[in-house]
Amino acid sequence: MKCEDVSKELIPYLDRRASSADRHEVEEHLAACAGCRTRAEELRTLWSVLDEVPIVQPSLGFDARMRARIAEEPHARWYRWFVPQPRLAMAMALLLLVSVWMSRLPQDNSPLPGTAQSEQQQFQVIKNLDVLENYDVLSKFDALDEVPADQQAAPVDQMNNQPQQDDGG
Amino acid sequence: MLDVKAGDDASFDLLLQKYRTPLVNFLYRMVRDTATAEDLAQEVFLRVYRARKQYSPSAKFTTWLFRIATNLALNSMRDNRHHQKDVSIDAPSSPDEDAAPMQLPAPEMRIDEHMIERDRADFIRGVIAALPEKQRVAVLLHKYEEMDYGEIARILDCSESALKSLLFRAYETLRVQLAPLVSTSARRAGKEAQHEM
Repeated sequence: MKCEDVSKELIPYLDRRASSADRHEVEEHLAACAGCRTRAEELRTLWSVLDEVPIVQPSLGFDARMRARIAEEPHARWYRWFVPQPRLAMAMALLLLVSVWMSRLPQDNSPLPGTAQSEQQQFQVIKNLDVLENYDVLSKFDALDEVPADQQAAPVDQMNNQPQQDDGG
Repeated sequence: MLDVKAGDDASFDLLLQKYRTPLVNFLYRMVRDTATAEDLAQEVFLRVYRARKQYSPSAKFTTWLFRIATNLALNSMRDNRHHQKDVSIDAPSSPDEDAAPMQLPAPEMRIDEHMIERDRADFIRGVIAALPEKQRVAVLLHKYEEMDYGEIARILDCSESALKSLLFRAYETLRVQLAPLVSTSARRAGKEAQHEM
């Protein structure tokens, strides 16, 4: 063991907390190295010098002041069981805010895949709306008699759904 | 501490009686002012009381206690250092020295003469207080609280190997700084040994 290696193990050796293997190595080195031996003796003396520092006693009012401060501390009450923890309350408030915000968002009106055909039918109806709204044309339109009954029903239904503007006139 | 956690206030009194003296001494050696040391010790106990419900016996109680004390003392010292930057050379260095202005030893004054003027124990405290923060905490916990290396390493948040190096450097500094006291003590011990023979 070299002098640098001893320096790390010297304090545990002097306070008798070194392992037996380390202790043996340090003792071997100290027996051979006068410099480290002197240093070890001086450190041992230093510890007795450090013991000269007297122990300070806490003031007489220390305990009383401490008890007074403890008494000022808020104590646990039965109703505290119903008061949520700050983190939980924060999480609940956030959840409530998000749900309110989501409910106020505009509804998504994008068409569903199955509705494309009915839109096309509606477009055809709108395209022919002028003709369909004109009752005179329809009543005199003989060509409609040749249309099969099931195909004829749709435009007539559509026409019936329109406001009856001509009824009053 | 587990009884305190369960709500037994009498057990807190026992903790107070057992640890107040070592804690006040540790803090006094850190901050070198009795009033500040007591205030800090009260703050440590108050924090222990407030955190009693969260205490888990995974670490030793003393490790937890002295870790809180170390952090509070270091913060107090850092705050104090900021205040002292504005203090004039004639202002008292601490509340204990209210009566006398700060006195710097004359350069030609020998160290033993200086020790006659000032208390020997106070001189030792001063040399310890002049150590770097981490070294000072390590020495106080090792020498005066007699804590084991693992516990001190946990308080200082370092490895045991680093702690051993830290302690060696600290004691080497003290050995050099307190050399006059060390040599007189060694001579006295030698004479006593001769008398016994």
